[in-house]
Amino acid sequence: MSKVRVLVGTKKGAFILESDGKRKDWAVSGPHFAGWEVYHMKGSPADPNRIFASQTSSWFGQIIQRSSDGGKTWKTPGGGPEKSPQGWPMGESNKFVYDESPETGAPLTTHQWYDGTLKPWVFKRVWHLEPSLTDPDTVYAGIEDAAIFRSTDGAASWQEMSGLRGHGTGPNWQPGAGGMCLHTIILDPSDPERMYIAISAAGAFRTDDGGKTWKPINRGLRSQFLPDQDAEVGHCVHHVAMHPNRPGVLFMQKHWDVMRSDNAGDNWTEVSGNLPTDFGFVIDVHAHEPETIYVVPIKSDGEHYPPEGKLRVYRSRSGGNEWEALTNGLPQSNCYVNVLRDAMAVDRLDSCGIYFGTTGGQVYCSPDGGDSWSPIVRDLPAVLSVEVQTLP
Amino acid sequence: MIRVVIPQHLRTLANVSGELKLDIEGRATIRAVLDALEQRYPMLRGTIRDHVTLERRPFLRFFACEEDLSHESPDSPLPEAVANGSEPLLIVGAIAGGWERSRNSRRGLNAAR
Repeated sequence: MSKVRVLVGTKKGAFILESDGKRKDWAVSGPHFAGWEVYHMKGSPADPNRIFASQTSSWFGQIIQRSSDGGKTWKTPGGGPEKSPQGWPMGESNKFVYDESPETGAPLTTHQWYDGTLKPWVFKRVWHLEPSLTDPDTVYAGIEDAAIFRSTDGAASWQEMSGLRGHGTGPNWQPGAGGMCLHTIILDPSDPERMYIAISAAGAFRTDDGGKTWKPINRGLRSQFLPDQDAEVGHCVHHVAMHPNRPGVLFMQKHWDVMRSDNAGDNWTEVSGNLPTDFGFVIDVHAHEPETIYVVPIKSDGEHYPPEGKLRVYRSRSGGNEWEALTNGLPQSNCYVNVLRDAMAVDRLDSCGIYFGTTGGQVYCSPDGGDSWSPIVRDLPAVLSVEVQTLP
Repeated sequence: MIRVVIPQHLRTLANVSGELKLDIEGRATIRAVLDALEQRYPMLRGTIRDHVTLERRPFLRFFACEEDLSHESPDSPLPEAVANGSEPLLIVGAIAGGWERSRNSRRGLNAAR
């Protein structure tokens, strides 16, 4: 019988939740990296026992961890204390240095600050790790201040894909409330040269040449906080999702507005429809129904909790515009948690499971596509990210 | 031999316990201690000082002999008591923390958050 492994990053460590295909009884391990913020963990599609984790701290900076046994044990790649015949290891798995070289890099420019002044790019943390679809040693990292890095040696060392930061609009990017983070990386399974990324608050970008060049794909987005609401960049995209069988169709939860694109991001249209509020962070797509999508509406950017104190996932079976509230098993009174941008995931079992984590420390699972929900755990630290692996 | 106490989170990361003991070649300075520490425990690179600029991370402090050495030049000689191993160099998480004592052994510093 198939199994699922849910990877949960929290404000105070990582947790791994495992169950069989029934998704009723769960084994919980953790905290891993206790006391550290774990912004994201994700397993390699090419080798599910290989998992990468972003461990970070205001005190001690960035750490990258890697497991080769499904999360039972971890190491900092290339950072072990053993001296090899070649000498001491380099310990560079947490070294993220913007590429300013004349040959491959781009000059470090400035970006907008909250007050409209300009600030230089400074590395702060890794928000998202996206393993290659085919190579277990290749993994991409989305960082703050926004840039994308790639490792081809299992996260032992990193190189910036500087074409994104250097393509020209960087001076108009600005931080969202959480910082100027590159939080979404989507790999196109039908075209290894095509990738999508999203930055808060710059917008979405696409490369069609393996990351050498990038273009903003924000036409149709409108943002009240910009003087030019139709600006090419500066939009606060919260998350983007794609069904792997339809890589040209994208769904976006923006700061305000739920959007979709049917042409790989070249144009976007709003599909917020009858949602009680179109503010939110997460969005995801059903594993087997590419027009079935999920969001968790949040009351407003000033309040960051569900409307009316009711935690409701909204599902659209029509790719947007027509939404139904999913409430069975979710708290419908006095609930004031948030669901952050990387904290929703779907498994690929026949009956698609939907998962999300809250800032109140709950991780909910629906084994039936959203019809019913139950908490796997109730009292973790605030959940930053949720990913799920479907295992044989 | 130099004795060094690092924060609990870094001891966990380096898979060590208690005080660390490092042999330093040449004059004992903060830079020399950190060089030796990072060579012995490469997973600590970037956690105490920046990879490139080698500047101390803002939320960490260097204490020894009841003095704050955080703003001294990294090439200044450490106090003789640290250089000869009678006192440890303390690398401390800033803002909060305290001594955890267990019987007679000092277990280390916690950055309470």
